[in-house]
Amino acid sequence: MRNAFAEPQTVVLLGGTSEIGQAIVRRLVAPVTRAVVLASRDPGATAAFAEELRAAGVATVEEVAFDATDHRGHTAFVDGVAQRVGDLDVVVMAFGVLGEQATFDADPEAAARAAEVNYVGGVSSGLAVAGRLRAQGHGRLVVLSSVAGERVRKANFVYGSTKAGLDGFALGLGDALAGSGASVLVVRPGFVRTRMTAGMKDAPFTTTADVVADVTVKGLARGSRIVWAPPPLRFVFSVLRHLPAFAWRRMPA
Amino acid sequence: MAEPRLPADAPLTGWGRTAPSVAHVAPTPDEATVRAAVAAAGERGALARGLGRSYGDAAQNAGGTVLAMAGDRPRIELDVAAGEATVWGGTSIDDLLAYVVPQGFFVPVTAGTRFVTVGGAIAADIHGKNHHADGSFADHVTRMALLLADGSVRELTPADPLFWATAGGMGLTGVVLRATLRLLPIGTSRILVDTDRLDDLDGVLAAMAEGDHRYRYSVAWIDLLAKGRHLGRSVLTRGDHAPEEALAGRAAVAPLAYRARPLVSVPPGVPGQVLNPLSVRAFNELWFRKAPRHRVGEAQTIPAFFHPLDGVREWNRLYGRGGFVQYQFAVPFGAEEPLRAVIERFATSGAPSFLCVLKRFGDANAAPLSFPMPGWTLAVDVAASRPGLGALLHELDEIVLAAGGRHYLAKDAHTTPAAVRRGYPRLDEWRAVRDKADPTGVWRSDLGRRLGLVDP
Repeated sequence: MRNAFAEPQTVVLLGGTSEIGQAIVRRLVAPVTRAVVLASRDPGATAAFAEELRAAGVATVEEVAFDATDHRGHTAFVDGVAQRVGDLDVVVMAFGVLGEQATFDADPEAAARAAEVNYVGGVSSGLAVAGRLRAQGHGRLVVLSSVAGERVRKANFVYGSTKAGLDGFALGLGDALAGSGASVLVVRPGFVRTRMTAGMKDAPFTTTADVVADVTVKGLARGSRIVWAPPPLRFVFSVLRHLPAFAWRRMPA
Repeated sequence: MAEPRLPADAPLTGWGRTAPSVAHVAPTPDEATVRAAVAAAGERGALARGLGRSYGDAAQNAGGTVLAMAGDRPRIELDVAAGEATVWGGTSIDDLLAYVVPQGFFVPVTAGTRFVTVGGAIAADIHGKNHHADGSFADHVTRMALLLADGSVRELTPADPLFWATAGGMGLTGVVLRATLRLLPIGTSRILVDTDRLDDLDGVLAAMAEGDHRYRYSVAWIDLLAKGRHLGRSVLTRGDHAPEEALAGRAAVAPLAYRARPLVSVPPGVPGQVLNPLSVRAFNELWFRKAPRHRVGEAQTIPAFFHPLDGVREWNRLYGRGGFVQYQFAVPFGAEEPLRAVIERFATSGAPSFLCVLKRFGDANAAPLSFPMPGWTLAVDVAASRPGLGALLHELDEIVLAAGGRHYLAKDAHTTPAAVRRGYPRLDEWRAVRDKADPTGVWRSDLGRRLGLVDP
């Protein structure tokens, strides 16, 4: 159960190696937090972060295997976690692949695989989590979307479209959960400097994982439906959304 | 007074309006429907809810069943000769006072609000301004009928361990269907009040230690924004029920007249900024200045003396949509320095609080989870949205626990299972009695899950 300050007792990170996901978990951990579950393709890859959380006083830190494309297994996965750690207070969905548009252009199958992880995996695991939260009568699902999905650009339209699909799914899921006590927070970061974007050129409003985490945790405390990181992007995109197509096409990579 | 009817599947919160959760709310007009609702409860269990005046999540059961016990009409049987009243668990102190005061009786214990059900008063083992003289609520309960998890009803007396596990047991032992209370005979419905204004914490602690035993009722309001040499400056009010001969004028004509009505109401949607450091500072300054340095024998009505905030319906809305928490703890006598440290931390943090009350407790009772212990108790209201408040309260918890103190579960909205275990050393004893009465874990609450009182 979360407390009056929205401090969670249990946190699940789907995509345990995600830098943004880890930054959010780091910010969420409070003296009341008793269990954190780090779910990733390769559980060994989260060892250092798990150690950090234990040192911060979290009694139970689980590193478990999770495959975003194992759609059939997602319900059993979520039920298993809840069985072991109790009610799920906050679940952060942070897995995803970025990929390069040029690669996707040459290899349609690779593009489909990215869609399979980012969107389809989000749908199946998101619904599995939602079922559990609905039964609990409380709990928050945080979905890491991206401004890339707000209006898809030619420079990364495969990635952008997977996030557009995920974003729409998450908003709809949040609406479907209204009145159940459970809710969804959609996080729309701009360009975030992480391992995933290493070597890429900074875009305007480039931000860091810590800023995204900060905005996310504030949004959770406030009960927001959508947050942008950094927050001014909300206003930038309310303009960009309405640019005529010829101008949008000229947006730099 | 009935709570506005609860919708079947609406988010429930406590009085602090934080951490909402959704449960199936079952109306429970009588014993048969309570029993049916409990039998129909799913794996997330059931819990009785009264008027929702616990500040945190004590009367919530996310994903489970919540039994709405506060009734539309009072059910009270008064035995004038014995001075006892037998009531339905969902009967409020408000209803009870309206019925018994004109007949020359008062409730043995009342909290700062009269919108508390008798079942809730037992579950939290509430205390009032007379704790130093009369103990807490359960000390005046002679018997109760408790609905158990298996659907049977047990008649409990203070000779039964389950009676004391239910007192302070936060609803996790069963549903109080009926209770019999010993009432206090009174000659009038007025209180003769003495007021003293004290310039600092030492002054008020000394005044209370020296003189509380001369009064049935005693409590101090502290100006939490005062710092430095004014730290802990207070208005101490103490009183006793007025004998008939003490009344004059109109009051003497109808010595037992009792009228309690909310005067005003706070509308929904009040911005959270109404209570800000400036407005609270102004209020506190005024409240302190308007108090007489020393006044004796002022006749006050029951609502004015015991339930001033009940005059403002839904005053909890003043904190805006972020809600608020009430931090209440007790520390033993001798722990005056830790008490000062907590007050100092609040004062220097600048957290605006217009409600900060200090009370001297008397002896504890036999209930393992009853809050009062011989010593001092402090209750502080603060807006929950204040940045850094969570971290501050966890830090204060440490001061309180290190001093041998504990936190009041009916107010808690933030602490940890470990803090409860340290504050309540008899937790396991309580748990054993509870588990025996409810082996399958039917009784559940958000507070119980959060603080490890029951299995998650």
